[in-house]
Amino acid sequence: MELNDLYRDVILDHNRRPRNFGGLEPSDASVEGFNPMCGDRLTLRLRMAGDAISDIRFEGQGCAISTASASLMTEAVKGKTREAALELFARVHQLLTEDAAPPADELGKLAALSGVREYPARVKCASLCWHTLAAALQAANSGDLPAVSTE
Amino acid sequence: MKNIALIDEPVGFDVHAVRREFPVLARMIRGVPLAYLDNGASAQRPNAVIEAVNDYERHHHANIHRGVHTLSQEATALYEAARDRVVRFINARSRHEIIFVRGTTEAINLVAQSYARPTLKAGDEILITHLEHHANIVPWQIVCEQTGATLVVAPIDSHGAVHVDEVVSLMSPRTRLLACAHVSNALGTVLPVRRLIAAAKARGIVTLVDGAQAVAHMNVDVRDLDCDFYAFSGHKMFGPTGVGVLYGREQLLERMPPWQGGGEMILSVSFTKTTYNSLPNKFEAGTPNISGGVGLGAAVDFLNGLDRESAHAHESALLEHATEALSAIPGLRIVGTAGDKASLVSFVVEDVHPHDLGTILDEDGIAIRTGHHCAMPVMEFFKLPATARASFAFYNTLEEIDRLAAGIERARKIFA
Repeated sequence: MELNDLYRDVILDHNRRPRNFGGLEPSDASVEGFNPMCGDRLTLRLRMAGDAISDIRFEGQGCAISTASASLMTEAVKGKTREAALELFARVHQLLTEDAAPPADELGKLAALSGVREYPARVKCASLCWHTLAAALQAANSGDLPAVSTE
Repeated sequence: MKNIALIDEPVGFDVHAVRREFPVLARMIRGVPLAYLDNGASAQRPNAVIEAVNDYERHHHANIHRGVHTLSQEATALYEAARDRVVRFINARSRHEIIFVRGTTEAINLVAQSYARPTLKAGDEILITHLEHHANIVPWQIVCEQTGATLVVAPIDSHGAVHVDEVVSLMSPRTRLLACAHVSNALGTVLPVRRLIAAAKARGIVTLVDGAQAVAHMNVDVRDLDCDFYAFSGHKMFGPTGVGVLYGREQLLERMPPWQGGGEMILSVSFTKTTYNSLPNKFEAGTPNISGGVGLGAAVDFLNGLDRESAHAHESALLEHATEALSAIPGLRIVGTAGDKASLVSFVVEDVHPHDLGTILDEDGIAIRTGHHCAMPVMEFFKLPATARASFAFYNTLEEIDRLAAGIERARKIFA
């Protein structure tokens, strides 16, 4: 396993220039995700149009994997329905944890995260934003504003 | 032949001979030699400890303090001999003052629940410092919830130093307990514990020192410190995990009720009246970590067999070299710059998150710790989510520190 398989250009680029970074006012849900192991912290805000995510932005502090993953996620789920976003979460989770990964072409740029699989200690970094998204989608549904922790 | 300017050890300390005592240090990680710079989290074990544990498991194991058979007597003798070694190691007065526990965390919780909880009343105060490990914060918060006492936190300065006068100014007539680290795990700061204890003692305040990060680096003499409690872990002083020590002043331990009930801690049990065992057994309910105790005894012997002054000089040279080499890296900031520091460097690098740095260094065989080091208030003080920490032992070399510096440069290039 090579380091540049973990820190691929896509990851480095999204870490350096995270997309959809910043606040979002007003929003239908705002959820804070926190990884107490390493101190990664992000706030995810989204706006819904019916059942679809019409806008999504994040801010916070984290390592390159966590920042890039959040950036890639916001790009990937914007415009998707709740169901499609959660379905994508399931696939990304597989990509991060299972050797039999889904075909890369189904995941687009998110496939750049596949290197994380070889670094089990870093899986939480990549999945924090997705857990936060799942909570935000639930919050948008119920009006609650829970906090998420990967611990 | 040209003189080589960089000698890898001060005269009198043969680091390479010491390294041969630690089998894991010969390991290759991803094709390169391991540079183990995470000793603050857990130190490695020398052959002497591995063999003592192995010998115990192979030849002597049985339950202790019970059987009349040979193995039980041998196991008991080995375990209690380890206690005697610890007595001398920290200069306690007697074996009654050495309670074997799982580690520093359990030792502090024992004092919190068995000393503080029955003694403290609403409005009383427990004084700690801002640089404590969570293990020396949370047990006191629990006691405060249970008793209505208040937790008072003494400040640190921008170098991560603790000032005696500032701590003393927070000692009030309601202060019942001072609990502080001997050495900060997150910053390396050596606290002026002797003076803090003297000031507390003059005011009738009971003192506990969290010595988890100290015992591996310096001689600890509990009578010289004059503390009431001193807590440390076996695995941070080259012994096994799952065993540690609570030193307590005998008069205090005598007055304290047992912490856990069960076997070993009793003299007699009936359904109407149970008589507790004497010290130290009163605090050692259940079958203990016998092999761990034996290994801890071997670790004490190992440390006693070293020239600890030379070892300390070598560690100081490591700290000095690391401070210099790391300070020279653009964008790197050392966090924790107190005048008196143990051999440990906490740092952050611009544009490189500690977590990414840890992964990149691992690729070079270099093991460091990254994160909040179980000291989130310290991270908050420095407005950092995390730091990278290289913590040294006497078996580390100047060359390993050069490799660390080169690895950090490599990480900077990746994220440039």
